[in-house]
Amino acid sequence: MAKVSFHHTDGNVDVLDVDPGTSLMRAAVTNGVAGIAGECGGQAMCATCHVYVRPEYLDGLPEISDDEDEMLDCTADPRDDERSRLGCQLKAGESFDDIEVDVPGSQV
Amino acid sequence: MPRPGNILIVGNGQAGIQLVDSLRKEGHTGPITIIGEETHFPYQRPPLSKDYLAAGTDPAPLPLRAEKFFMDNDVDSRLGAHVTSINRARHTAALADGSTVGYAKLVLATGAANRVLTVPGSRLAGIHGLRTLADAETVHARLGEAKSVVVIGAGFIGLEFAAAARKRGIEVTVLEYADRPMARALSPVMSRWFAQAHRSMGTDLRLGEGIASFENDGAGHVAAAISTTGRRYPADMVLVGIGVIPRTELAEAAGLAVANGITVDTNMRTEDPDIFALGDCANYPSHHAEARTRLESVQNATDQARHTAKSILGTHDPTQGQAYKELPWFWSTQGDLRLQIAGIAQPGDETILRGDPSSGKFSVFCFRNARLTAVESLNHPADHMAARKLLARERSLSPDQAADPGFDFRAHAKEPQPA
Repeated sequence: MAKVSFHHTDGNVDVLDVDPGTSLMRAAVTNGVAGIAGECGGQAMCATCHVYVRPEYLDGLPEISDDEDEMLDCTADPRDDERSRLGCQLKAGESFDDIEVDVPGSQV
Repeated sequence: MPRPGNILIVGNGQAGIQLVDSLRKEGHTGPITIIGEETHFPYQRPPLSKDYLAAGTDPAPLPLRAEKFFMDNDVDSRLGAHVTSINRARHTAALADGSTVGYAKLVLATGAANRVLTVPGSRLAGIHGLRTLADAETVHARLGEAKSVVVIGAGFIGLEFAAAARKRGIEVTVLEYADRPMARALSPVMSRWFAQAHRSMGTDLRLGEGIASFENDGAGHVAAAISTTGRRYPADMVLVGIGVIPRTELAEAAGLAVANGITVDTNMRTEDPDIFALGDCANYPSHHAEARTRLESVQNATDQARHTAKSILGTHDPTQGQAYKELPWFWSTQGDLRLQIAGIAQPGDETILRGDPSSGKFSVFCFRNARLTAVESLNHPADHMAARKLLARERSLSPDQAADPGFDFRAHAKEPQPA
């Protein structure tokens, strides 16, 4: 199990235990984490599962693919060149063990 | 102040569930009842014809919302329930279990049903549609044993399935009556590129060849597909993807106007001021298509749901106008091919290639009277997202600019004022 913390703009934090192989997006949607939509079902097509990864967890994340890179240029809240990722592209056990992310104010 | 009346939503797919969400966000404090025919908890359909079909571990459907969503939002969610009729005068809906539900506002988010084949043998075992989670579970299980499959229809579902089956090493034949795949949705140039791409994956794509009948193996299971040209294609499994029919039967029986979907205005309202329709089942005046349109997509369902919530509650931002004007966009993934479409092209639009098709990353820009109508992008999300920005603001570029590789399309799309 990986521990994932979603920090919201209002200061609230959702902490989830996530099975290996499960994406941040799927974990958030399945558990009702506010602010993560995942409208395309995890295909990196909609950029509505945008998160800002906290700096101390950036090492060890997989490279951003061209597709993810191009979608991240079009997020509802501005992209952070270092920290922005799509939650559907980050999987527990593969991309991270534990992780903390900030949830943007808007996704649509 | 009296408590606001019940909002009854028929259908718990992408549109219905988003509507619940948006109604609460827009401040509706009264009761909400949402009715779904399937017994399964509401889930996302798009992955069912894509990732869900991959070989390997047991796939899990992706829920539309967490299970606690309905509790947290104080929603009466009924699964495995059927609305059988609507009484507009009394503002009630009758359910198959004999109960009735009253409404102040009724929303039809009934979606669409798969079109079914009627050729001889269409009811044999081994012939499947793909729409619901139950369909996908069956198809996923059968794919594990299948050696050769025949797909009827080279639309999105058929080709997404074909690509997934090829990835498993299964022999795939696709029969398509039209002369090119995805003909209804794609420009000829993109359509033909996909035809070649699927052949490169090893799919036997037969164009201009429809299904005439299915052959029985003697035990009630399909053994082969016989095409309209008389050819015989052995099959231990058949996937039918020949489009959908909007679920309009409740509206029709209630005397509401129906023409390729339930007729609504730019507020998603039917001719009855207390009844709305949205998503796959609704035929609405499309701002971007400049014509009445019925669309089948996640974007259409969710954006119309957000709009419908405001229409019901009267919370439209007066500076934005009250008419639904969101830009339609679509996607499909077929194997490693990622197709994204922004806008709505019409037959006969001029098409301009941007990028090199042989590179596997390019876009087709569609123009009508030198004005951009749509952009189809293959493995090129940047073009897609730039096109969405541009088209949403009803701006264009010239066909010459689109064709010029040195033209900075992304920068152009970000410019605040028309260039």
